[in-house]
Amino acid sequence: MDQRKCECGHTNPVGTLLCESCGKPLVIQISEQTAFPDMRYEGMARRSQTYTKKMVDRVWNYFSSVKIAIGIIIVILIASAVGTVFPQQQYIPVPVPTEADVARFYTNTYGTLGTIYYQLGFHNLYSSWWFVTLLVMLGTSLVICSLDRVVPLYKALKKPRLNQHKSFLKGQKLFAEGELAQGTDQAELLAGSAETLRKKGYRIFQTDRALMAEKGRFSRWGPYVNHIGLILFLVGVLARSIPGFFLDEYVWVREGETVAIPNTPYYIKNLQYTTEYWSEDEMPVKLELNGGVIAKNYQTDAILYENKNADLPGAKPDLVEIKNGPIIVNHPMVHESLYLYQSGMQEMQLGALNFNLIDLKNGSKEVGKIKVDLYNPAQEQVVADGIKVKVLDYFPDFIMGKDGKPATKTNLPKNPMVAIEVLDEKGKLSEKMVYLQGSILTQKSDPTYGIEIKMPDLIDISGINVRMDKAVPLIYFGSFIFMIGVAMGFFWQHRRIWVQIQDGTIMMAAHTNKNWFGLRREVDGLVEQMKLPVTIEEKSKA
Amino acid sequence: MQLIQLSDWLLDIAFLLYVISSIVFVVSMTGKNWAGRDPKQHEKRFGTIAYRLAVIGFIAQTGYVIARWIGGGHSPTSNMFEFMAFLDYCIILAYLIIYRIYKLNVIGAFVLPLGVIMLAYSYVFPKEVTPLIPSLQSYWLHIHVTTAALGEGILAVGFAAGLMYLIRTVPQQVSTKSTKWLEVVLAVVLMLVGFILMESTFARMDQKTVFEMNQPQPNVFGQMEKVKAEYTMPALVAPADSTIIQAGPMSPLFTAPSWMEGKDAARKLNTMLWSVITGVILYGGLRLIFRKRLGAVIQPSVDGIEPDLLDEISYRAISIGYPVFTLGALIFAMIWAQEAWGRFWGWDPKEVWALIVWLFYSAYLHLRLSRGWIGAKSAWMSVIGFVIILITLVVVNLVIAGLHSYAGV
Ligand code: HEM
Repeated sequence: MDQRKCECGHTNPVGTLLCESCGKPLVIQISEQTAFPDMRYEGMARRSQTYTKKMVDRVWNYFSSVKIAIGIIIVILIASAVGTVFPQQQYIPVPVPTEADVARFYTNTYGTLGTIYYQLGFHNLYSSWWFVTLLVMLGTSLVICSLDRVVPLYKALKKPRLNQHKSFLKGQKLFAEGELAQGTDQAELLAGSAETLRKKGYRIFQTDRALMAEKGRFSRWGPYVNHIGLILFLVGVLARSIPGFFLDEYVWVREGETVAIPNTPYYIKNLQYTTEYWSEDEMPVKLELNGGVIAKNYQTDAILYENKNADLPGAKPDLVEIKNGPIIVNHPMVHESLYLYQSGMQEMQLGALNFNLIDLKNGSKEVGKIKVDLYNPAQEQVVADGIKVKVLDYFPDFIMGKDGKPATKTNLPKNPMVAIEVLDEKGKLSEKMVYLQGSILTQKSDPTYGIEIKMPDLIDISGINVRMDKAVPLIYFGSFIFMIGVAMGFFWQHRRIWVQIQDGTIMMAAHTNKNWFGLRREVDGLVEQMKLPVTIEEKSKA
Repeated sequence: MQLIQLSDWLLDIAFLLYVISSIVFVVSMTGKNWAGRDPKQHEKRFGTIAYRLAVIGFIAQTGYVIARWIGGGHSPTSNMFEFMAFLDYCIILAYLIIYRIYKLNVIGAFVLPLGVIMLAYSYVFPKEVTPLIPSLQSYWLHIHVTTAALGEGILAVGFAAGLMYLIRTVPQQVSTKSTKWLEVVLAVVLMLVGFILMESTFARMDQKTVFEMNQPQPNVFGQMEKVKAEYTMPALVAPADSTIIQAGPMSPLFTAPSWMEGKDAARKLNTMLWSVITGVILYGGLRLIFRKRLGAVIQPSVDGIEPDLLDEISYRAISIGYPVFTLGALIFAMIWAQEAWGRFWGWDPKEVWALIVWLFYSAYLHLRLSRGWIGAKSAWMSVIGFVIILITLVVVNLVIAGLHSYAGV
């Protein structure tokens, strides 16, 4: 391929715009640049500006373009906004068990617009294939655009350009030129300028007739550092789909109950659930709550167990206690990468039914107490000497089935129906009765035993969200890197000032990537202090 | 208790000082062309007075923040009133910082009225100190909200400088697309003013309209109850499925769509309609008085300022505000969400809108740095950016209520 040879004798790589050695603009046809090249990479060759023929080149160039990147960002922005017009499916306020219910919800609540919204898939926008594709494109663009620029940037920053060609200096936005008076001590002038700039925090590079002062070079790496942070962040988001990296389970645990956490070797026991409310004297001002209350704390005291036999199929669980403590909103229980969150509760739920067995024939004397645990009803219990009660049938959430037989809708004791039989020791007596919806039905018209309904046992059920997300540290780390990069790029600026003396004229030029005001002030300061005989021209910004 | 009282007074004092400061700023800018005056000196003298008033106001508001923080037992950012007042505090703080850097006090002529509007807006919400519900009891929440507000405050200064740039540079001799859009922006500002005027006028009159919802809702005890909605402004729009139980000065013209949930959604829509109407009336009135575009009216007062400097200030503010906003509204928010719900991101509307603001300013930075969008284009972007912030704060709270919506709003 054609190597560009500059008149100074240096051979530049293909795609170079400003000679690497002397800074003179090279006339290169590949590049369509007509004006003085952008100083960001000081005219170093960039792959995307050099090759355009092959398919790979086209893809590369597409993703390394900032214009395209901005396009992708704007499309993501608009799509995200559209996704908030109506609630996403996960935030629908009422339970909608089937897809048809979901569709109906959008139509009924939001009318025609809702139907369209649903049909276009906006109700699950953020996990839709095209939205994820956009995010992947953004990631690709970040990677390619960084690669495309990192080498030229490195080259541009590595070697301070001294002794530049006049056209290089003239090409800068800030340029100054002037005749030196006869008999000026050139060496002293340069040394003095160097000293002035050094005091302002510049690093000085010098030859006998030229100097370059530079400041904040590292800030040029800011955008690359922040883009790497973003890439790490996106990698973290993708990593969550690796098996074992991410877990999201929800368990309901009754007080006193121990349940297995699905897809883990862990079990959790709910010792006690409590809700606390703010008392009036704790409030800083008197509030008009109209008899309402404000919750202060939701807390489950729990024990976390690990099943040591988890790997042995069929073996009985061998539970070992790992942690014992409270799970509070904003204060999850943590074990290694497993997090347990207090995230729901059902208070005052039916736990057990209580009855008194009474002897109707004997002046309604109490014979004994019956307890039916609604989660685990005992088959048989001895109520008093010689008298047993058997549970014959139990439907936790009673409905009458289509076939006319009793059935249960769910397995939660929301509407329990219990059939029991009272037996005496000799097997002589047997009376059956049924409890349903707060009343008792007896089989016989003139029974010996009757039942009195007592206050049932009420229990609280905690909803515990169990999560594991091993990518979180990477996500935090990526965010951290992003912030460092942004700070590098925003709170420091890269500034270069050239001073060069040639045949009795002094030339100055300056470049910065941002904050031209600050740079101008420094150049003005230098000119004033050294009484340099120059006139400054500043090309307009845009 | 006394601290809360004190904090209320301090906030009122701050408000008053900001109002006076705004007026003095306006005098410093418009009065410089009055006869018999040296414009430079006039501007300097009044500008300095206005700046000092703003500083005293800021100190008073600092007192408010501290007193309410101690008195309430948590950072004053837990409901909408507290948040808006805090955002206002951050806007003034950002102005003072930018002033330190550029010593250009006329920026205050745009920032302080903005501060007044924001603070007045906050007064519309219930002011009482409420104890924190469990999900808000996290120090990450306070860090997140305060930092996000600071970021938004700094971006607001970027908006003010951008708007000044446009008023300074958009030619007013002929009507163009730019002049039209500039008028739209000014009309929107007047709508906010209209809102405050309406709200403070009607709050003093005894003329409430009260609606009762026909559908009972469960209250905190789980008992079914019919909720009431009280309008301070005359009712243009009634909540869906409700009955008037106390008639106001006018009967509603139409009913809010049923998906605007909650008793307050319709009231807020009503308020918004009134704001738009009053804003348009104010705008029309001013046009009639001056007989020219408002941009043209304001232009002479900013003609001494170098546009490049305004451009630089706007960009500077945004480049400081952007990292602060990223940290507060996204990173700290993610850390908190991870602690509270075990997911750092949930595509909740408020989260999404923070992302939108962030993406928008990212696009701004790329356009500016890599595509040379400087000057007018960049100024328009800074104005649009702040409009998006306002949408997140006002509209998203109003219409799209998510997890983050504060209690009592
Ligand atoms: C959401 C995604 C992105 C964010 C948040 C982001 C953020 C940033 C920030 C904060 C800067 C520094 C701006 C300044 O210093 O004023 C920057 C610079 C830059 N970004 Fe991005 N960026 C993103 C995506 C991209 C993509 C996809 C590309 C690929 C084309 C890209 C290309 C650049 C370039 C070329 C620069 C200037 C670098 C330089 O001046 O040396 N950015 N970006």
